[in-house]
Amino acid sequence: MSFWNDPLKVAADWLMGILTGWGMPEIAAQILIGFLGILLLISVLMVLDIFLVWVERKVVARFQDRIGPNRLGPFGLIQPFADIIKLMIKEDTTPGGADKVVYNLAPMLSMMSVLILWAVVPLAPTMLGVDLNIGVLYIIAAGAIGTLSIIMAGWASNNKFALIGAFRQVAVMVSFEVPMLATLLIPTILTGSMGTGAIIEKQDIWFFWLAPLGAVIFLIAAIAELGRAPFDMAEGESELVSGYNIEYSGMKFGMFYAGELLHAFTFGGFLAIMFFGGYRFFGLELVSPFLAIAVLLFKAFIGYWLIMWVKYTLLRIRIDHMLAFNWKFLTPLAFVLLMVVALMNALLAGTPTWLYIVGMFLSNVLVAWGALEVARSYSRREREKVEGPKPVVETAQH
Amino acid sequence: MTGEQITFLIVALVTLGSGLMVVTTRNLVHAALWLVATLFGVAVTYALLHASFLAVVQVVVYIGAIAILFIFAVMLTRKDMRDQGPQMNRNWWFGALLAVLTFGGLYFLLQGWTGLSKTAAALPSGFDAVGELGNALVSPDAYVLPFEVASVLLVAALVGAVYVAFNPHSGNSGK
Repeated sequence: MSFWNDPLKVAADWLMGILTGWGMPEIAAQILIGFLGILLLISVLMVLDIFLVWVERKVVARFQDRIGPNRLGPFGLIQPFADIIKLMIKEDTTPGGADKVVYNLAPMLSMMSVLILWAVVPLAPTMLGVDLNIGVLYIIAAGAIGTLSIIMAGWASNNKFALIGAFRQVAVMVSFEVPMLATLLIPTILTGSMGTGAIIEKQDIWFFWLAPLGAVIFLIAAIAELGRAPFDMAEGESELVSGYNIEYSGMKFGMFYAGELLHAFTFGGFLAIMFFGGYRFFGLELVSPFLAIAVLLFKAFIGYWLIMWVKYTLLRIRIDHMLAFNWKFLTPLAFVLLMVVALMNALLAGTPTWLYIVGMFLSNVLVAWGALEVARSYSRREREKVEGPKPVVETAQH
Repeated sequence: MTGEQITFLIVALVTLGSGLMVVTTRNLVHAALWLVATLFGVAVTYALLHASFLAVVQVVVYIGAIAILFIFAVMLTRKDMRDQGPQMNRNWWFGALLAVLTFGGLYFLLQGWTGLSKTAAALPSGFDAVGELGNALVSPDAYVLPFEVASVLLVAALVGAVYVAFNPHSGNSGK
């Protein structure tokens, strides 16, 4: 077992040898090494987070036909560090009448709800924080803590704008949790396990080919869960200024902002894990765990880029439309798809692989087509209610 | 004392302490947040018992849905979050009596139970708790009937909620 095949285990064994050599009891050494592992993962994530600020700003600049940060360092790479210094030396304000403990707890919880997600992210075949057999549910539970942090921030700020922003954001997050959970059950059914590690191991064929509609619904629900455009109800600039985080300054605001960026990147990673094979890429993951991590990061960045693409292209949707879209369209669709996938998976169990893939793919396409037809006829009826029936032949108007 | 016992004692103390804060704090939103802490403590207790599924479901259902609903209800129904009225109403002695009776009954029942002093048998390696639970919920000789009855109850509650919210005079578009 060399360092290049299983670096974490080798490092842990080496540390264990040193610590027990110093006379530390084995159980204490184990706990210490566990904490060091967590510290390492979180440090890497936070450093990555700093660069995500730069990535986000560069990408949005491209979408808007600008250059983006370009003054500090090559390609503006030092810009995020300048941002951080600015945030740190800014005055740390607390609004009058704020609920101090809750106010200060909220940004921490917000960041924490993102960081704990990485406990179940399999970075490589041998690198997985905890192989929870309920990994999929764990993702939803972490989201629940994020929801709580937003309502805490909105309420403790003692500001009407913040409270209304928090209400809106929480309404969206609680609603879109439902289709997200339903689509997360699709990889669970295809795998027969809720563990993220097992889900990746099972993906000899990407689950995207077996449930493309599931991947699309997951992406939509994830964007809503992140509170990014077109679902960024919390920060309607013209009406709410900045939503739940309006009263936060300095690094406390930075925690919300960095948490949001890392959250988006993390959901890009979950899209890759659930539907695009995670760290697997034509056997590359077996060569070295470092390659596996690189593959996962690459796929996560593609997912992140997709989320940014949507954010910087689409306009904000009105909140009643958004909730109607979720409860009347996305949620029923997700549940129908879940049933169809479970049924087809059972029916096609003994058939050759090509038939299995084609059958699953076509059933997904069929469900998507049916859903779009229903939506179209509904919107036609709604339009007719407002505008009156359309003439069969357009008469030329002079 | 083993590490597990120490962890359990700390978790139990935090859970009970925050449970006490729920009923003694004067700020209703703080009470709801302390309730979240209590429910989280219960989830940690489940996790200590190796019931990971129950622990996560506890967080998803109670913190993610019910506690958020509580907070919403408090914020939307109270004009002032800092209630100055009395914390007790006239039935406080009845509540206290019920609590004492429940505690006494549980104490009496657990007196004769030998399980308290035993250590739990170690789970066999590769024991699939989630799979076992899933099978038990849908197998006819286990819990399929309670499971289905609970589902029917929830559907009835859903239909009832829609009926209550539905206003036949304004059409069905909710305008």
